[in-house]
Amino acid sequence: MLLTALISGIGLGSMYGLMALGFYVTYAVSGTVNFAQGSSMMLGAVLTFAFARTLGWPMPVAILCALALCAVYGLLVEFIAVRPFASRGSDSWLMATVALGIVLDNLVMFTFGKEPRSLPSPLAQSSLEVGGVNLGVYPLQAVIPVIGLALAGALYLLSVRTRWGSAMLAVAQNRAAARLMGIPIKRSIALAYALSALFAGVAGVLIAPLANVHSDMGALFGLKAFAVAILGGLTSAWGVMIAGLIFGVAEALVTTSLGSGYTQIMTFSLVILALALRPNGLFGRAEVKKV
Amino acid sequence: MAHSFSPITRRRLFAGVSALAFAVSAGAAFAADPIKIGLVTALSGQSALAGEAISRGMTIAIDEVNAKGGLLGGRMLELVRRDDEGNPAKGVTAARELIFREKVAVLFGGLDTPVSMAIVPMINAEKVPFMGPWAAGTGVTKNPGNPNFAFRVSAVDEIVNVGMLDYAQKTFKATKPGLILVNNPWGESNEAGLKAALAAKGMSAVGMEKFQDNDVDVVPQLTRLRAAGADVLFMVGNVGPSAQVVKSLDRMGWKVPIVSHWGPAGGRFTELAGPSGKDVHFVQTYSFFGKQSPVGERVIGALKAKYPNIKGVDDITPAVGVANAYDGLHLSALAIAAAGSTDGDAVRQGFYKIGKYEGLIKTYETPFKPGVHDAIQAGDYVWAQFIENRILPVGVTN
Repeated sequence: MLLTALISGIGLGSMYGLMALGFYVTYAVSGTVNFAQGSSMMLGAVLTFAFARTLGWPMPVAILCALALCAVYGLLVEFIAVRPFASRGSDSWLMATVALGIVLDNLVMFTFGKEPRSLPSPLAQSSLEVGGVNLGVYPLQAVIPVIGLALAGALYLLSVRTRWGSAMLAVAQNRAAARLMGIPIKRSIALAYALSALFAGVAGVLIAPLANVHSDMGALFGLKAFAVAILGGLTSAWGVMIAGLIFGVAEALVTTSLGSGYTQIMTFSLVILALALRPNGLFGRAEVKKV
Repeated sequence: MAHSFSPITRRRLFAGVSALAFAVSAGAAFAADPIKIGLVTALSGQSALAGEAISRGMTIAIDEVNAKGGLLGGRMLELVRRDDEGNPAKGVTAARELIFREKVAVLFGGLDTPVSMAIVPMINAEKVPFMGPWAAGTGVTKNPGNPNFAFRVSAVDEIVNVGMLDYAQKTFKATKPGLILVNNPWGESNEAGLKAALAAKGMSAVGMEKFQDNDVDVVPQLTRLRAAGADVLFMVGNVGPSAQVVKSLDRMGWKVPIVSHWGPAGGRFTELAGPSGKDVHFVQTYSFFGKQSPVGERVIGALKAKYPNIKGVDDITPAVGVANAYDGLHLSALAIAAAGSTDGDAVRQGFYKIGKYEGLIKTYETPFKPGVHDAIQAGDYVWAQFIENRILPVGVTN
């Protein structure tokens, strides 16, 4: 019973972590985030469904195309909802990203339809058994954390090993100096948004077989992922990933031990408590303000 | 189906931007002074199909009344529809327009309990009879209005809950029910109703768990109910989350009977829930499958003749919308005939004067009395399950 909760919690938690990584990459580079991260996740799931089920494409092709379009959507978010405002020093990108997310949700509702649909996966047919004991989870739920951590690792390697990663780090550390060094700042920020939407899209593709595919499937997820990102401290990639796992496991454990009536109360209270004790998140660094 | 209680989502707020409110005139070119029957329901967005089902049930009944020469000495009935988009504020605006400008004799409500709850105080104040063909919230007909102008031919949460318990005891010999309810006002309403139904029989639930509309995993909640020894689950939730409950049960390998409110009937339940979806038994007020009464045969024939896209009973969906609206319209017509006028208070009292009426759902015997404004009672419900993509009464296989 506890083991089931643990595996299920880790699976969900790494989804939150993956989406929270999306907040991290854009925040690190630009100090802005796409508040409608949940809509990007929904887009990944809906496009995969449309390509694989409606058009009948092979699953790997469908997933790759869906993810590519998610990245394009990320570029669009940055171009339409962030750049025009952030470049003028306005905070209106905050509302603009939410608004764009609502537009997307409704566009999907009109084109994809109103009914929730199901995207079956061979990894989510029968539950996982170890030594004849039913664990009560699908194999997919065990695979999700592996993919989540692998992507976090890949992001880490990308940032320390590649030119592009170094450029992004430079933009994050000192924008003026980076510009002087000839780093294309606008392009770095745009790429960060593409990456952010891509992470959310991966979460959407992974979650689709477990959940139902519909136009507002991402709303609650996006909210929880944002809580996770804040909890982890927006400045640490590993921090947000670990915070995601903590959040997911806490959710499952609270539900199993105390009952579902307490889940939201307990988990979000924990977030508040953690932030009260560590205002910059569990793994975040305080911003140094030089005077 | 699932929208007995549904919160105003941001999607709904925007869904209305392109929505058109339009009126449908039901023929009767030369009848000088038609009697207008209003309908305020969701005609766009997620629930458009259900709103259309209500319209069709009403239209078929109106055609029958008009074919027999109309009411009050030859006045034809005419349906006037407005879209509420599932939004209480829009519903009230639309209802006001139908009452004051169109001067409808009877106003039909729609799918969403919050919309009906918002309209009911106004119809009581303006003395216009209201007929509910769908929204199941107990408070729609049990309202503080004195006199009370709200009537209903549909399921009622409070009565459904009694029916769910009776059915579980009779069919599954259940003694230790566990409650698994969606975490919203609809779930709350049923929590109160189920607890009252259990208390009336000196029973109590072994456990009560809530789930969110978008929950991915309900295993933790169900694990607790299993540990508490539940031998039947009472489920209340829309189609998506209900499917998540079934999938989670599958994953746990827990075979337990599920007795459900009518949530699963609202969409592609079989596709979402997988093969175990067929094991969920849920409440309906009517099914067009199985052996039909002469009234049933007649209505099916009329629907096929009127709507070319209805080829067979599979296409009459959601069936409860059609059936409730059909009987609701005929009962309203009888009330107007008994009143001898379209005066609101006279029609209200006309509802009490209805004697025997052989309807689609059942043969009604004095369906409405002061204090009893719901025509459908616990024994009238039909228990159904999904066999492939069709909602069949339990026991009927084709």
